[in-house]
Amino acid sequence: MDTAQAIKERELFIATKGKQKTSLKCDADSIAGCVSQRACVYCGARVVLNPITDAVHLVHGPIGCASYTWDIRGSLSSGSELYRNSFSTDLKEHDVIFGGEPKLKRAIDELVEKYQPKLIFVYSTCIVGVIGDDLEAVCKQAAAKYNIEVIPVQSSGFIGNKSAGYRAACDAIMRVVTPRKRLSRKVNSLNYLGDFNLAGEAWIIRSYLEEVGIDVNAVFTGDSSYDTLKQATAASLNIIQCAGSMNYLAKKLQEEYSIPYIQVSFLGLEDTAISLRRIAEFFGDAEIIAKTEALIERELASTRPVIDRYKGMFSGKKAAVYVGGGFKAISLIKQFREIGIDVVMVGTQTGRPEEYDTIHDLADEGTVILDDANPSELERFMTQQGAHLLVGGVKERPLAYKLGIAFIDHNHDRKHPLSGFVGAINFAKEVHSTLCSPVWDYMYDFGGDLNGTIAKV
Amino acid sequence: MLDATPKEIKVRSSGGLINPAKTCQPIGAMYAALGIHKCLPHSHGSQGCCSYHRMHLTRHFRDPIMASTSSFTEGSSVFGGAANLKTAIKNVFTIYNPDIIAVHTTCLTETIGDDLPTIIKSAEIPEGKLVIHANTPSYQGSHITGFSNMVKGAISYLAESTMPVKKDQVNIIPGFVNPGDMREIKRIAKIMGAKFILFPDTTGVVDSPMTGKFEMYPKGGTTIAEIKDTGNSKLTLALGRFASSDGAELLEKKCKVPALALKTPIGVKATDEFVMALRRFAVREVPYELEEERGQLVDIMTDTHFHFHGKKVALFGDPDILTGLTEFVLSLGMVPVHILTGTPGGAIGSGMGSFEEDIQEMLTNAGVTANVKGNGDLFTLHQWIKNDPVDLLIGTTYGKYIARAEDIPFVRVGFPVLDRSVHSYFPIVGYRGAMRLIEMISNALLDRQDRDAADEDFELVM
Repeated sequence: MDTAQAIKERELFIATKGKQKTSLKCDADSIAGCVSQRACVYCGARVVLNPITDAVHLVHGPIGCASYTWDIRGSLSSGSELYRNSFSTDLKEHDVIFGGEPKLKRAIDELVEKYQPKLIFVYSTCIVGVIGDDLEAVCKQAAAKYNIEVIPVQSSGFIGNKSAGYRAACDAIMRVVTPRKRLSRKVNSLNYLGDFNLAGEAWIIRSYLEEVGIDVNAVFTGDSSYDTLKQATAASLNIIQCAGSMNYLAKKLQEEYSIPYIQVSFLGLEDTAISLRRIAEFFGDAEIIAKTEALIERELASTRPVIDRYKGMFSGKKAAVYVGGGFKAISLIKQFREIGIDVVMVGTQTGRPEEYDTIHDLADEGTVILDDANPSELERFMTQQGAHLLVGGVKERPLAYKLGIAFIDHNHDRKHPLSGFVGAINFAKEVHSTLCSPVWDYMYDFGGDLNGTIAKV
Repeated sequence: MLDATPKEIKVRSSGGLINPAKTCQPIGAMYAALGIHKCLPHSHGSQGCCSYHRMHLTRHFRDPIMASTSSFTEGSSVFGGAANLKTAIKNVFTIYNPDIIAVHTTCLTETIGDDLPTIIKSAEIPEGKLVIHANTPSYQGSHITGFSNMVKGAISYLAESTMPVKKDQVNIIPGFVNPGDMREIKRIAKIMGAKFILFPDTTGVVDSPMTGKFEMYPKGGTTIAEIKDTGNSKLTLALGRFASSDGAELLEKKCKVPALALKTPIGVKATDEFVMALRRFAVREVPYELEEERGQLVDIMTDTHFHFHGKKVALFGDPDILTGLTEFVLSLGMVPVHILTGTPGGAIGSGMGSFEEDIQEMLTNAGVTANVKGNGDLFTLHQWIKNDPVDLLIGTTYGKYIARAEDIPFVRVGFPVLDRSVHSYFPIVGYRGAMRLIEMISNALLDRQDRDAADEDFELVM
């Protein structure tokens, strides 16, 4: 069945470059009954805050929300491992009827005694939003009792989509970073927003910046801790990698602490070089600029030949992209170009209108662009567009494989850093390992032909 | 990672959990619904729930898991989810065209009090299509309860007693096990010559083959006609009381099909009981094929028993699996010293009895004392192990943190296993499953012995 025709409401969310000029509908609620790949407010808040390593992340609700988010982010820590535990108030029927506040108080008491954290996040879940527990009051009381910070995260699942969760997380972060008294500005020091240190990516960027004489003051939130976040307002610049989750925070920090921000991207050689230059220019220090140029020259000299070698192997291959945010999609289109692969389908779960405009401008003629796609749509367009490779997250992986399409995880489950110059090489390597794997040669049937190729037995 | 776990055990009275050994009802309901042919599970709640369940099942089975959601918004939470569900039902049939939608609730829709039967009755359902539901509040029970509730839901909507005389067929409810286990249960039933209906049956759904096509509804699953026909069977075998008894009891009440609750057939004894139940039902001798398998298993047990004798083991996971596993490790001469499930004793109103009592009875008969707990968490298990160390840990993927912190050999069994593959294709039930368990356990123990052996103790033959 032709899905897009079967359900008229979805048509506005899908566009083909060159065919129509109307802007794509996005940032809207999913349609009831769709097999959406999207998640909820809690999910958005949890993935942003979880990498704060020495915090207790206490999920106030029935057990599921805590179980499914137990250590799934792949964010690496150089210090505390507390964030890798799963804490839940495990609300039961009795709590739902009589209120969950007493249980929450007791749970906080026990966790403080066991782990002596400086910082506790208490996540609100669907139920808590409905039964109306006063998280703010319980947290305030506990904070006063133990002289630590206990911060409620307003993340009831039904109050919006994942983006609303990002905002809830940023609001919670704003409360953590607020200093007791205003900090003085550090020179040549920046905060790195929107990197969650998956596979150690934030460490790579930190090493580049340190080499050229720039101090990375705090990372939001990869490998961050209570103490580093408390120092955040001392930085003189914020750079943002993942815009979807962190634009809101950057704006807030600009409003309240006059810290300017710039958008960067460390995905691909081109974007990494451009971003490093923009950061160096911002500080305007001649030595930083010279060192940055030297670093870029050295890294490009060693990585470009490797990338070019891969490029030769990928000629004629086509990729489809379905990721969470719009900014990552934009970077991926450029990064695929670097390795000689055309992107023929681009979609996101929560891209914003201006990001879709950029995607539209950047994409080749005929590229299908879609928001909040469901599996049938992904299947239809990947097949129609002849994609050989999909970039996506957990739920998209087996779908791609079943279609005989190669796959790269650009989400929580990635195991190799994909940031910076070294990340660009890892990316090309991963593309190669999945696209050029011998396993695809076995996709035939006895006497039949599954893949448009002649059976080999 | 778990270095902060203190050895000293203090009473925890908050009721909060640290590192849970369970998850919530809806995912169990979703898994059970996947065991119905051409069924789309539907999650009536926020988008996140459906997304998490699909993600978790996808990680365990490494297959596409399809389910739709009512996509709750603030408005639906205030005014009730009836409109969402009706729209969803209409959309699902239009877009995805399943034969049946199996709706399960979430904590949100349970709390705002959506009345599912009424909503479903007033929904537009195309001719010949079906919508069933199960109430699966996440604040009761666990994923196992959710599985049981969806089995019950399907039976209550579909099963019919339409014949004056019962057919010569047996219903088998396999419990929350992998498709590899369900295949083995079917194989044994076939060898025994029994005509049977396995429900739910996720074989061919979550272990579907590569075809180069994406099938929204793969070949597997119990058909609607078969589920209807369960009401005409002569007997229901409920394998695992926590996941399967309620469904079997409902069939007895609704369609007068006698129910027999058995353990999940893990290990010799429990498999014998399953085979004997089938023998009584099919009124025939056990074929040599099975005798041979059983004999091979016992042969392997005798060949290897000295590897296991007196080894202390900690077990955690789902209650039905643990009951079988405990009996099996006892039969190998191992000593289970810590046994913990996250699932509470039983859902309100169900007569499934007590996990702790069941296990304690087995232990008493074997003359073993152990820590046994239902409704527990892995923090507790870790503390137990710190106080009374073990030689082996058996449980789900989440055990890897404890195994690493305490440097214990670890065997992955149960749900979920997120960090290894292929496990869902092979059984742990039946005689063959028991052989596989022995292989896994002895590999874990002997690999460790080899790794730790001093040069002079390192031996070729073990």
